[in-house]
Amino acid sequence: MTKKLLLGDEAIALGALHAGIKGVYAYPGTPSTEITEFIQKSTIAAERDVHNTWCTNEKTAMEAALGMSYAGCRSIVCMKHVGLNVAADAFVNAAMTGVNGGLIVVVADDPSMHSSQNEQDSRFYGKFALMPILEPASQHEAYQMMAYGLELSEKEKLPVLMRITTRMAHSRAAVEVLETAQDVSRLPFAKDAASWVLLPANARRQYTKLVDKQHILENYASSYARLELDGQEKRRGIIACGIGYNYVKEAEAGNGGYHILKISQYPLPKDQIKALAACSNEILVVEDGQPFVEEQVHAILGCDYPIKGRLTGDLPRTGELTPDCVAEAMGKVSQRYFDTPKNLVPRPPALCQGCGHRDVYQALNEVVKEYPNARVFADIGCYTLGALPPFRAIDSCVDMGASITMAKGASDAGLFPAIAVIGDSTFTHSGMTGLLDAVNDKANITVVISDNLTTAMTGGQDSAGTNKFEAICLGLGVEPEHVRVVVPLPKNMEEITRTIREEIEYAGVSVIIPRRECIQTLNRKLKQRKQEKQL
Amino acid sequence: MKKDIILSGVGGQGILSIATIIGEAATKTGLNLKQAEVHGMSQRGGDVQSNLRLSDTIISSDLIALGTADMILSLEPMEALRYLPYLNKDGWIISSTAPFKNIPNYPDEQDLNEELSSLPHVVLVDVDGLAHQNNMPKCANVILLGAASRFLEIISVEELRASIERVFGSKGKEIVELNKKAFDLGYAAAEK
Repeated sequence: MTKKLLLGDEAIALGALHAGIKGVYAYPGTPSTEITEFIQKSTIAAERDVHNTWCTNEKTAMEAALGMSYAGCRSIVCMKHVGLNVAADAFVNAAMTGVNGGLIVVVADDPSMHSSQNEQDSRFYGKFALMPILEPASQHEAYQMMAYGLELSEKEKLPVLMRITTRMAHSRAAVEVLETAQDVSRLPFAKDAASWVLLPANARRQYTKLVDKQHILENYASSYARLELDGQEKRRGIIACGIGYNYVKEAEAGNGGYHILKISQYPLPKDQIKALAACSNEILVVEDGQPFVEEQVHAILGCDYPIKGRLTGDLPRTGELTPDCVAEAMGKVSQRYFDTPKNLVPRPPALCQGCGHRDVYQALNEVVKEYPNARVFADIGCYTLGALPPFRAIDSCVDMGASITMAKGASDAGLFPAIAVIGDSTFTHSGMTGLLDAVNDKANITVVISDNLTTAMTGGQDSAGTNKFEAICLGLGVEPEHVRVVVPLPKNMEEITRTIREEIEYAGVSVIIPRRECIQTLNRKLKQRKQEKQL
Repeated sequence: MKKDIILSGVGGQGILSIATIIGEAATKTGLNLKQAEVHGMSQRGGDVQSNLRLSDTIISSDLIALGTADMILSLEPMEALRYLPYLNKDGWIISSTAPFKNIPNYPDEQDLNEELSSLPHVVLVDVDGLAHQNNMPKCANVILLGAASRFLEIISVEELRASIERVFGSKGKEIVELNKKAFDLGYAAAEK
């Protein structure tokens, strides 16, 4: 064993590589991106030919991994929490078919919404799909759980969900790792069509099998749970889930005084909960995200047993856990020595200086001024920052791809001009099908695909549609004379505004593609070239 | 012994490089470490921070609790103040004096300086000025680390210098020497 300093994401990646995966399938999304990036840079992946290129979206990723599993190899799928909404169809039905080669779906939730539009808790998805769920408390546990999870997956023939949160993903700690990767022999290709063809007759049988497996899955979770009793006395009990355990231990500080049940696997082990309840006089549920466990514990222990947590207000109902809110809920008084300073203002993120999206918004704002009813439906990416000053250029941002479809719906209702702004990577992720709807209905919308040749917000990953956008739009049926390409630079402002005006005035679907490389990826390339020259 | 450090600045200033050097030195000397970073949207010119925890005993939480940080190490003066409620009563603030004004409502500089200077344990270093005068524009963060090295206690100055050599080693001898010089400049500047 050797010790390595790893981000939670990196520990997961290395754990998966060491457990013999043949592929990682993912679409970038904070805070999950670094898992795939670590594998892309790893020598193990190169030596063992582990698939690691980016997928177009989370659904294609999930399905490709299921295919790899069918063919007898181990794989992981990585995404952020909202990505699981996109992959949900494949995800839920993968529990119905079951798996052949081991498969772990790693989903990174973002409580407090550091880089996201909601706080959804992926454990609900796991329960909904009746899958085993893993929730590591430390980077080291995350590493170990990859081998454990892939074995569990193969043994029980089910995909496994691993749920982490931002603090686990993006926090670094020492991890004890193996020296080399395991050699895992591939399993024979799956061939039992009765479980893989989800016709109603087969699906009913598969569903019964899945439901019947639940008590076995609960037994695994029960063995994995750890009940730490502080003597025989009745005390306050704490259910500490995932990284919630760390905050509990921080506040407890080795002084005891609590009975603690550490939970890192679901379905929730009822026997362990009851054992904790029997020796406690009340239970505090500490979990990051939504009150997933707290609600279930009420059902397990009955309404008379005192249970505290996010639902009772002992912990905040929203936002990620902090050492402070957990300590307070445990009855520890923390001391503060300095008040919030007077000379302090917020510093929101902003589009980079020199970014092409800036020129796009400047041009759009200039044209939109001329149309009192104009609305700009935007999308997910760096260009969402166009909502903030100085631009204040967009009217909506909901989910990946919603710009085009919302513009179409608004246009159907008579709104003019309805303008969509979408990035290149978001367009191929979820915008293309919406554009086909618009073309088929001859909707009167103007779509701006702001193409910076990369997936910029998450750090510059490859974008699936690079060099293909005109062909995609033409293929979907946009009229050739209404697919317009411009270069977003201040010197071209006259041409860009003229193009936008002309296409707004065209009564049909038009696509404007302002194309200029992301300033961040460009600078990185220039720096690299300079370094190479020096060497 | 433990040291809980909040590193702060504006996205793109290079606080994570400081964390890397300290972290490398800490691991080499056998200390436990946890470091929570900020990735994603805030890195686009917003406020960024990293919680770096070092200890010779087990560390549980990835995050530092309010009122318990031993040091705020900041590449920007207003960003140093942002984390003030986290500082313990004997904690140090080591900060660059150069404001980074990418917002229209940046507070009055004199008020800001007065508020910072009124705190009990503050070291303000003109790291940008030093970097500029010594022709090392990209080394402001290492100059600041040099200044902080006097107050870190849990890791010696020699260990930090050795860490610079290992962290920048792949970039060539010239870069290593430049960063060591930057570190020494910061160390000297914190004396006064």
